[in-house]
Amino acid sequence: MAIHLFRVIVAKMGSNEQIERALESWARRDFGDAARIADLKRLSGGASQETWAFEVVVAGKTSRLILRRAPGGEAVARSSEAITLRMESMLLACADAAGVPVPGVLGVFEPGSDLGESFIMRRIDGETIGRKILRDAVYETARTQLSEQCGAALAAIHAIDMEKLPDLPRSDGMDQIRKYETIYRNFDLPRPVFELAFAWLKEHQPAPQPAVLVHGDFRLGNLIVDAQGLASVLDWELAHIGDPREDIAWICVNSWRFGQIENRVGGFGQLDALLEAYAAAGGTRFEPRDIDWWEMLGSLKWGIMCMIMYEAYRSGGDPSVERAAIGRRVSETEIDLLNLLERAV
Amino acid sequence: MHDAPSPTELVAAVKSFIDDAAAPQLTGHAAFHARVASNVLATLLRELEQRPAAEASEAERLRNLLDAPENADLAAMNRDLCARIRDGQFDAATPGLFKHLKTTTISQLAIDQPNYSGLKAALS
Repeated sequence: MAIHLFRVIVAKMGSNEQIERALESWARRDFGDAARIADLKRLSGGASQETWAFEVVVAGKTSRLILRRAPGGEAVARSSEAITLRMESMLLACADAAGVPVPGVLGVFEPGSDLGESFIMRRIDGETIGRKILRDAVYETARTQLSEQCGAALAAIHAIDMEKLPDLPRSDGMDQIRKYETIYRNFDLPRPVFELAFAWLKEHQPAPQPAVLVHGDFRLGNLIVDAQGLASVLDWELAHIGDPREDIAWICVNSWRFGQIENRVGGFGQLDALLEAYAAAGGTRFEPRDIDWWEMLGSLKWGIMCMIMYEAYRSGGDPSVERAAIGRRVSETEIDLLNLLERAV
Repeated sequence: MHDAPSPTELVAAVKSFIDDAAAPQLTGHAAFHARVASNVLATLLRELEQRPAAEASEAERLRNLLDAPENADLAAMNRDLCARIRDGQFDAATPGLFKHLKTTTISQLAIDQPNYSGLKAALS
């Protein structure tokens, strides 16, 4: 145990200094010989991705940047549906060109380079924590505008020319039902509410919409919000080609309303306002009832994602109390599913 | 066998230790996990208090729904219920099914996450 910990610490020190050196040589190429790196720190570290914050300082001028990097710089398989960092950086560039608020990408690095598989983007000021965005007075104006801004941003994402996109996975509603049902059945932890939700969703499939670029995780937590509202759309790793209603519904899933259940969009706004702005920005005109089926699928997916996180504990892969505890959040999605079914039948 | 201290007393004692002694000395990630641990123990206290009665009434509803014998196993009945929903024998319109699922889920959430917004919506 002690030896293992020691190795981890040494490995982290090594990678810290190695990353700083690699960033400095990149910065000197792009910002000039006087450029130096300051304040490098790791922000978060999932198993699939590292995020580092740092500054490039040249002649007293500071650029605040973010490095997104594969763990240890090595290309590893991210979660089964996640796209590569290189594709993510290409998507950010496409979204930027389409007028979606995203961080600009400054550099992309291949596996085997000094930085490993990674890219550098600008650091955007603002808040990502849902509860703060919904509660703090500084976001009061933002909250009144976010529904419209999210509608416009989603319309812009869904309008991106698919010819220009990297080769993304395709996944429509039925693909996702099949995928999550297989995962759920493999756990062999039967939950009658999920059975009813699967059966109901299969029986009430909506007519398909023309396929578009779907962000795949568009919700509070993955959006940077400042005092004026939506400042940036982050976390594109679940992007795919699919149904536009999936994105609109995902931000409506009650799990992402952070207690503000009366505001269907993210806990801050009404769906009519989002759909109006979506159509005004060139998106298909949808009615709130067009989103219901997808919201139910969203709650079911999140419930099974919670089971996946608990499975990390159950299988012995991650002994943390947090992974164990998340298994007791699955019932949140069950009550949401029942509340939705009650309205639907 | 002895039951003093009871399971409830033991769990409550550990929770007090985390909340009052350990957590205030922790920072960062460890402080976060201490908060999660304390919440888990609160869940466990609710479980000890509420689960026996909640399961007994769940079992009774399932016996009625499935026409199962008095000594039927709860897990086996839930498997049976899942199979019947899956093969289409039961659906949302089956008399008593929806009410059973809602009552069971409300009991589960009262233990798991009693402050969840969806629970309040279901009860109103």
